[in-house]
Amino acid sequence: MPMTMRERPLSPHLSIYKVELPMLLSGLHRITGIALSVGSLLLVAWIESAVYSAEAFATLNRFLGSFIGQLMLFGWTFSLIYHSVSGVRHLLWDTGRLLEVKQIHSSSKIVVAITIVLTLLAWILGGGFPGGAS
Amino acid sequence: MNHRYRNPLSVARGLGSSKDGLGHWWKQRLTSIALVPLVVWFVVSMIALAGQDRAHVLNWLHSPLHGLVFSLFLIISLYHANLGLQKIYEDYVQVRWLQLSSRIATNFAAVLLAFAGVFALLRQVFGG
Repeated sequence: MPMTMRERPLSPHLSIYKVELPMLLSGLHRITGIALSVGSLLLVAWIESAVYSAEAFATLNRFLGSFIGQLMLFGWTFSLIYHSVSGVRHLLWDTGRLLEVKQIHSSSKIVVAITIVLTLLAWILGGGFPGGAS
Repeated sequence: MNHRYRNPLSVARGLGSSKDGLGHWWKQRLTSIALVPLVVWFVVSMIALAGQDRAHVLNWLHSPLHGLVFSLFLIISLYHANLGLQKIYEDYVQVRWLQLSSRIATNFAAVLLAFAGVFALLRQVFGG
């Protein structure tokens, strides 16, 4: 390393910005990404138990039917759908579209709306919550 | 890379990008694009399988189409997850040894999970 290292500029800290929807959604993209990474453990456990062991499959299903299990599954469903919808917006941004500040605000609302509708739809069609999973 | 575009002093100082940022960015986009149809397929499939018993799930997984698309989904999503997690460690884990060991552990975990999942899926397609 050279001796003449200068202080390099830092970007301002988060706390100086006004909290707005697009910035919350940006953070949520990462958080749901982490949640999905952890959730992949659950998915692989589900596959393994289905293929290898009736008892393990029954145990896992019982857990998923419990209150905590259902809460986790709902969070997983929400995370997958949010991360995907938000991810599509990222891909659109990468083509240079929708980058005006106004468009970022309006597309943020659209992302939230689509996520809520699709999450509830998936959850209802999958038969979650009332009565619990089988 | 293109040293022609860089000030000789900046090359001498050794600062600035010399890593795999572009490759990482591109792989993340490629996996994202592939995951768009795969996630739709996955969500629809999981809705269809929700509440079904093990025999039904195994029968469903016995279909080569389901097994292979599921394998593809698993491999690409774990690869994508690994890419994202690597960036998160780079951004938030400042302690060098902790960052490095997190990155290595996550790389290994992603490969292990993908291997275990795909092995079980293919076993169900070809055996079961």
